[in-house]
Amino acid sequence: MATQKTLAVTGNVLVAEAMRQCAPDVMGAYPITPQTTIVEEFAKFVANGRVHTEYVTVESEHSAMSACVGASAAGARVMTATSSQGLALMWEELYIAAGMRLPIVMANANRALSAPINIHCDHSDIMGARDAGWIVLFAETAQEAYDNTIMAVRIAEHPDVMLPVMTCLDGFITTHSIDRAQIMDDETVKAFVGDYKPENALLDTDNPVSHGNFAGLGGPYFEFKRAQRNAIDRSAAVIESVGAEWSKICERPFGMVEGWGMEDAELAIVAIGSTAGNARHVARELRAQGVRVGVLKVRCFRPFPFADIAEALAGCKAVAVLDRSESFGAEGGPLFLEVRSALYDRAERPAMVNYIYGLGGSDVKLELLRQVYSDLSDLADGASTPGRLVYLGAR
Amino acid sequence: MATIKELSQREDRLEGGHRLCAGCGASIAVRQVMLGAGMTPVVVGCATGCLEVSTTIYPYSSWKTPFIHNAFENSAATVSGVESAFKALQRAGKIPADKEMKFVAFGGDGGTYDIGLQSLSGAMERGHDMVYVCYDNGAYMNTGIQRSSATPMGAWATTSEVGKVGQGKPMRRKDLTSIIAAHNVPYVAQGSISEWKDLTAKAEKAFAVKGPAFINVFAPCPRGWRIPYNKTVESASLAVKTAFWPLFEVEDGEWKMTTRRVTRENRLPIEEFMKPQGRFKHLFKPENAELLAKIQAEVDRNFDYVLKRCGQ
Repeated sequence: MATQKTLAVTGNVLVAEAMRQCAPDVMGAYPITPQTTIVEEFAKFVANGRVHTEYVTVESEHSAMSACVGASAAGARVMTATSSQGLALMWEELYIAAGMRLPIVMANANRALSAPINIHCDHSDIMGARDAGWIVLFAETAQEAYDNTIMAVRIAEHPDVMLPVMTCLDGFITTHSIDRAQIMDDETVKAFVGDYKPENALLDTDNPVSHGNFAGLGGPYFEFKRAQRNAIDRSAAVIESVGAEWSKICERPFGMVEGWGMEDAELAIVAIGSTAGNARHVARELRAQGVRVGVLKVRCFRPFPFADIAEALAGCKAVAVLDRSESFGAEGGPLFLEVRSALYDRAERPAMVNYIYGLGGSDVKLELLRQVYSDLSDLADGASTPGRLVYLGAR
Repeated sequence: MATIKELSQREDRLEGGHRLCAGCGASIAVRQVMLGAGMTPVVVGCATGCLEVSTTIYPYSSWKTPFIHNAFENSAATVSGVESAFKALQRAGKIPADKEMKFVAFGGDGGTYDIGLQSLSGAMERGHDMVYVCYDNGAYMNTGIQRSSATPMGAWATTSEVGKVGQGKPMRRKDLTSIIAAHNVPYVAQGSISEWKDLTAKAEKAFAVKGPAFINVFAPCPRGWRIPYNKTVESASLAVKTAFWPLFEVEDGEWKMTTRRVTRENRLPIEEFMKPQGRFKHLFKPENAELLAKIQAEVDRNFDYVLKRCGQ
């Protein structure tokens, strides 16, 4: 019988708890703000004998992911956590983990990239790694960060997938704020994630295999990449079914996207992560005044749920896409580019505008979101033309 | 140590048919080191480089033992992950508690002295039960003979060119073996493919200790050194006899020379090692006599240092 306990905890503590419950064999641990409290929490589990995990205190994030690759290829269930510069330092290894089809699960506390140095939230870190071949899930709340961690294990290790999964939560906003959340009992999580049964494990010395072979000089590199593309495409159905299964147990909804008021919205905000909550708050106020507004939160960024997004937005008059990262020199932020592309094949398309916001933890105040809806209203009425890109709230 | 008859009966875990060049020192190093593991199963990790690309061209593999290549700078971190997985899975009861397994990481000097130094240092400090073997051929050979921090002073390389003002690499080598010895790991050694018995005995010790071990193996590269392919072992032997490459080991902090044959008095002049190699050709021009003397002084300085550490 699944039993849940309600706690007042930070996102990082809950992520560490989820990791403990999923019982990784190996964890690569290296500190970086604002991820550090995840590996610190986990160190307590290790010190108190609550996990069987081999806790590898590496000397860099590059080695964290390198050790994870070795351990995962060895046949272990493997986890780690990072943020910002750490994720950037791992970049080479992210591609290798995905290319070697290793089901590693990693939490990423979203934080800005240098320079100038900054420790606060934005999505530049993950957006720089978005093409590495990882499945990328975003959390709005501590609760979602917890749920995503547990689901990530099942998704990554699914035989149709066998890809690494990154679960993102907003630095400080979600990692460090105390939130109300429910934690499942250990036994239920253990049964849900099950046992990892690796194929072609390095430690199966009776059946030696070589990992990481050379596939150049006319070798099948190209075909391996297509296989990877097929796997991440297949993962969409697995993410949905694992989400549905976990939903049934924890009684919380999970979808690739999550709409609020989208059934009849004329003006919509598309956002990722914690900002979706602020947007919904403002949307509720406007709904009370009779304005048909909605919020579309993207929970799964890779694979990108383009059909769900097109379906949800096609009927809107004006849409604002909020990007918490830059793609310097591009038409807009990464989310904007993908959302707009998702709508291209639709006969009817809303007017769209891109807001770059919250870089380096710049505050996302409610009045800024009110301003976005007000801009959308002008856009829908033809009182203004779509701007290419707006820096929301920049002084 | 096992007798040569016993060694001859052990299965080669690196099979023939790989695409390394004729006369490559790396494969000799691997075979001599792997003999030291006895009959225990070994997982091999390898940094990007000649050894890796030439032995694992998909869909083939020359390795009759589990093998993993990850990237250039991280074979130590990768194998530390494999070893950690072994410990955890034994703890979880998924691998029998009495099962024995060995772990070894190979890397060239580029992948070890230079780009992989941090990863190696970390793995040594963490105390993983693994052996790291550097096959030192003194340059980035896989990319076409670029200088590394292991390249000898004065050597030509494609990034330490010889010309009107340049006379090869101006800097001295990095002393990696001492750096790893300073990690106070249970076993550190320097060996050469020309001294198979010495090297295999060192490998046996390295595999036998609990915890991290490191062996720096001198392994000439005919292509990069501009020597004929049948002069690999001879060149390595000359490196030992000239004291360019002293053979020693550090067991639990105790430094010891493993050969008494080469002494300060009878060591051959460094020219004997350098002369047959095309990469040192320019140094034998009369105008470079001073440089040659400087190189000899550097070799002597290093040998004196090792002898001193060994209490001689």
